[in-house]
Amino acid sequence: MKPSALILRAPGTNCDQETGYAFELAGGSATYVHINSLIENPQELAKHQILCLPGGFSYGDDIAAGRILASQMQRRLADVIGQFHSVGKLVLGICNGFQILIKSGFLIPPDDQGLAATLTWNDSGRFIDKWVHLKADDEKCVFLKDIEHMYLPIAHAEGKFMTRTDALLQALSDSNQLALKYCRPNGSNGEVPFPHNPNGSTASVAGVCDDTGRIFGLMPHPERHIDGTHHPQWTRHGAKPEGDGLQLFRNAVNYFA
Amino acid sequence: MSNTFTQADNVTAETTQTTLWQVEIFPLPGLPDRLAAEVLDGAAFLSLPESLNINAARGFLIQGALDQTEIETLSRNLLVDPVVEKAVVSRCGHIETDQSLSNLNSIYVLPQPGVTDPQAESAMVAMRATGANIDAVRTFRRYFVSESTDDQLARLSDKLLCNDSIELIVHGDLQIDQIELGRQGTFELQHVELTEADDDQLMALSKQWQLSLTLVEMQTIQAHFKSLGRQPTDIELETVAQTWSEHCSHKTLAGRVEYTDNSGTRNFENMLKETIFAATVSIRETLGDDDWCVSVFKDNAGIVRFDDQYNVAFKVETHNRPSALEPYGGANTGIGGVIRDTLGTGLGAKPVCNTDVFCFASPETDFADLPPGVMHPAMIMKGVVSGVRDYGNRMGIPTVNGAVYFDQRYIGNPLVFCGNVGLIPTDKSEKEPQPNDLIVTIGGRTGRDGIHGATFSSAELTEESDVTSGGAVQIGNAITEKMVMDVLLAARDRDLYSAVTDCGAGGFSSAVGEMGEEIGAEVWLDKAPLKYDGLSYTEIWISEAQERMVFAVPEDKWEEFRKLCESESVEATVIGRYTPTGNLTLKYGDNTVGELSMEFLHDGRPPVIRKAEFNAPETAAVSGYTPRPNANGWTSDLRSILGSLNVASKHWIIRQYDHEVQGGSVIKPLVGVNNDGPGDAAVVRPVLDSRRGLAISCGMNPHYGDIDPYHMATSSIDEAIRNCVAVGADPSRIAILDNFCWGYTDRPATLGTLVRAALGCHDLSIVMQTPFISGKDSLNNEFSYTDPDGQRQTISIPSTLLISAMGQVPDVANCVTMDLKKAGNLLYQVGVTGEHLGGSHWSLVSGASGGQVPTVDSELAKTTYEKLHSAISSGLVRSCHDMSEGGLAAAVAEMAFAGDLGASINVDNVEIPETAADGVLAKLFSESNTRFVVEIEAQRREAFEAAMDGISITHLGEVVEIDRLEIRSGGELCIESELSSLKAAWQNPLDWS
Repeated sequence: MKPSALILRAPGTNCDQETGYAFELAGGSATYVHINSLIENPQELAKHQILCLPGGFSYGDDIAAGRILASQMQRRLADVIGQFHSVGKLVLGICNGFQILIKSGFLIPPDDQGLAATLTWNDSGRFIDKWVHLKADDEKCVFLKDIEHMYLPIAHAEGKFMTRTDALLQALSDSNQLALKYCRPNGSNGEVPFPHNPNGSTASVAGVCDDTGRIFGLMPHPERHIDGTHHPQWTRHGAKPEGDGLQLFRNAVNYFA
Repeated sequence: MSNTFTQADNVTAETTQTTLWQVEIFPLPGLPDRLAAEVLDGAAFLSLPESLNINAARGFLIQGALDQTEIETLSRNLLVDPVVEKAVVSRCGHIETDQSLSNLNSIYVLPQPGVTDPQAESAMVAMRATGANIDAVRTFRRYFVSESTDDQLARLSDKLLCNDSIELIVHGDLQIDQIELGRQGTFELQHVELTEADDDQLMALSKQWQLSLTLVEMQTIQAHFKSLGRQPTDIELETVAQTWSEHCSHKTLAGRVEYTDNSGTRNFENMLKETIFAATVSIRETLGDDDWCVSVFKDNAGIVRFDDQYNVAFKVETHNRPSALEPYGGANTGIGGVIRDTLGTGLGAKPVCNTDVFCFASPETDFADLPPGVMHPAMIMKGVVSGVRDYGNRMGIPTVNGAVYFDQRYIGNPLVFCGNVGLIPTDKSEKEPQPNDLIVTIGGRTGRDGIHGATFSSAELTEESDVTSGGAVQIGNAITEKMVMDVLLAARDRDLYSAVTDCGAGGFSSAVGEMGEEIGAEVWLDKAPLKYDGLSYTEIWISEAQERMVFAVPEDKWEEFRKLCESESVEATVIGRYTPTGNLTLKYGDNTVGELSMEFLHDGRPPVIRKAEFNAPETAAVSGYTPRPNANGWTSDLRSILGSLNVASKHWIIRQYDHEVQGGSVIKPLVGVNNDGPGDAAVVRPVLDSRRGLAISCGMNPHYGDIDPYHMATSSIDEAIRNCVAVGADPSRIAILDNFCWGYTDRPATLGTLVRAALGCHDLSIVMQTPFISGKDSLNNEFSYTDPDGQRQTISIPSTLLISAMGQVPDVANCVTMDLKKAGNLLYQVGVTGEHLGGSHWSLVSGASGGQVPTVDSELAKTTYEKLHSAISSGLVRSCHDMSEGGLAAAVAEMAFAGDLGASINVDNVEIPETAADGVLAKLFSESNTRFVVEIEAQRREAFEAAMDGISITHLGEVVEIDRLEIRSGGELCIESELSSLKAAWQNPLDWS
């Protein structure tokens, strides 16, 4: 049996098909399930190994990106997702999915003042579609195993990662949870200015995992770089056999091999 | 793990009184105030002082049975992001303002009652889901403005903070008791006293009811009802007006035209049919068994074959008038509408990419030079771009192609063209409603939005339009449409309906009227789900509320159809039946409010006969400029062209659009080593496991039209095709669309230019074997106002023809881009240069006048495209760029800075006509059609020259490893510049923050 990804759809989800296709290309299978149907039948989740929240504009991103679906999932699916995760399964949130994982508190637990971290408006104040260089830390995050560097597109308006306190940022950093960061084209760390850090994210954070490494959210779109011709300069260097993002899906699928 | 999930408080409110709460949300100190920044950004265009200081809050009015604790819990758990925001919550009108803001001018901006407020709708659903007892929610924005004069404050309020066609403004505190939810209306059947009216009264009625009908049309309606022996009801009159409107029936272009030019007079029975359609018919006949057109000029979009499994549908619409009044909503509903066109084509196509083309006046226009009632072009442009962005991105459809043209004559009539390509299974490309099918509407509810949109679209704009036409402006809700799209495609694949169409201009009237044309229909207007109470039966019938689709559902499929919609929270309602009576019967409860024969409705319109005249203007030699010295004489001309608004980089727009969603992007709109060069056409793979691609491009040359619309049309077609071919599309599989936007076509001279352009389309389409598959026109784009001297002034847009092209790439591995690839490679010009400087960008920036407009040698063009395509497909070409605005010099410059590689070329071998007055000028900047610059590897030289045998190609020079563009003529450098300075000239003009 191929490891199976449940691709969660909701009003406004729009990257579901290509994300499912990426799981299939990586050797898994994909099932598309609407949020209404999952709430009606939460036991469906247990049939799958990976829960994936794809990109899009869930409920229009009205109020704030991902906020409404996050609230709905928190109220209706918290137990079943908690159960799913506790038996060693994987949760992946891409772009809007990452925003949902953050705003539901699934990734970073809230404190008595509410959310401790957020993804808010880009410094530019606008939606932006562009390619970025990324440096991965695979110490903890199972999705990033053996990945050092990726070149992927971002497409979001609210992707600036912020924590309410510096202490939280330090703690996340110390436990290797700030797993994916924007970097300069030469891969160098340190200060990463605009446009390499495209949204002003604190510590150039592009993706965060939970303390088990099995819940991971990222703003860039790995499913948009799985084919050689996805690369914006493939006509210069020739199309590679596969894009940088495919390994992330393969890591998820192979985790269950 | 479990402690990370908190169960939201289950709010119950049995005894709490209904209260209107006000929640104001501010950015935390030190964090950016996005709303205020947006306003300050716009203030720069309105001559407002730089010292202006603005703070802003976003907010919600929430009406429900909630106490203070409950509203605070909702605010904290749902509305406010505590990491970056803080909220102030109070009863409406009792808000305590922070001391630092309390002495500033407080201004509230709220959507007008009835205007779509998507954020509020989502917030209400989300709050109700927590168990909260909520009646209504509205959003608002609040601004705190530093001390200003009354005039400054008024300008700020009217032009920047509030758009009074959709919003209202409140100075000081909010004094609202409750959110109006609409009032129960009483049914009253209205008749219109028509049959005894004289001509003056008929025209007065047409005006009073905003029908935009002519006298002859009113007389025809009068005669019809006289023969029936009764007066029409209001709804009958409205239905006829909508069906016969220019917007819905294209009576001018599809009507009789008597056309006269210097070769004589020609009478058309149906002008479009005898020009553009006729070309397609002829091409299909020639192709015979190889005909790859599937459905042309009959459905909501044109359909052609893609591969064995799929066809592709393509449509481009205009949404000009609403965008002039409310750019954001206008563009929003423009893109939303064209997406519904492809969704409503055949049994439904899946949208795979968008294209958007705009025409504006210069964003640098001085505020003082604006005619009264006109919005500043920079504000229009920002609003339109945001509208397309927010709708297209939310729909998850990549916006891959576009263009922007600037001309001062667009000042009162900006043009907004929105296009969509859809993928449709070959066996779903036709539809046929069946007698007794149910009429089902799904998606958005019906409100008073957009009443009279169809008839308004057909009239001229005036300075009063922003007051009288408010009802015609709407805001879209993309997520509603995305939900509709999801269930529509699922229902299509389960064969749950026999026909579908969109609810566009004319609302149910248009959708049901068209779908039931061959059968008849009975509509139960009281069944339509409404946004609020109080709509009359006529308002329900003609409302243009967005995000609605109408289906013909067989009775035995209805239950499954309904359940499918319900499972994704999409509202589906039966509102009638396609009854085989040949009549359109409109009922409200037990009352029959309208009864019209489909025959009268669709065939009863009196023929319109119009005169059209074209007098070719005299052509003159280029004049009005100082001849340049050869040595470095032309560099500044090149820099000015690159920095002219039409040519300048549009990255500010492009990067706001998601152009990669759906995962099929192959060639992006911006290409090259830094992803910032101007690509010729975008390529996408609409089927993820296939290597076949679609190339989308466009061509438009309004400046040529000032000289000769025939050659404008052929040049635009040539440009659209060559952009497609430049990236690797097969020229024998390119389908094109026409969009005519013209001035007042009752004027014979204006209609004459349109007919002449249509003749150009016909002639070139046939020779190129490039079929038109769909099109749309928007006429009477003129703006009238009274100038300060009391004189009536009218500004007509330049005659504007957009050609959109959809090409096919057999294997995307063969695509090429325009950026230079490697030093040492050779550069060639493909094609023949004439002295074509009339309407050129060089003329535009140098202030020169006269000159010949570019023409197309159609046979040569066809062969050139075939040979170049075969060279590209054989891998002989490393980069390829079409020559258009700015000619050879601009094309080479763009290729160089996109590839971060220099170019060293010599134009001595470029042949020009002996008659050319200024040879160097023509070689560098002529805009002759069917030309490219291509880059090939030195060892491929012979193979390339052999492949292009019979086509004029000129070896220009080579790619070099230096940061320079060098163009030599007669041994001297006539253009030399660092690439960075050329690139800066090109990138800076529209590099908005």
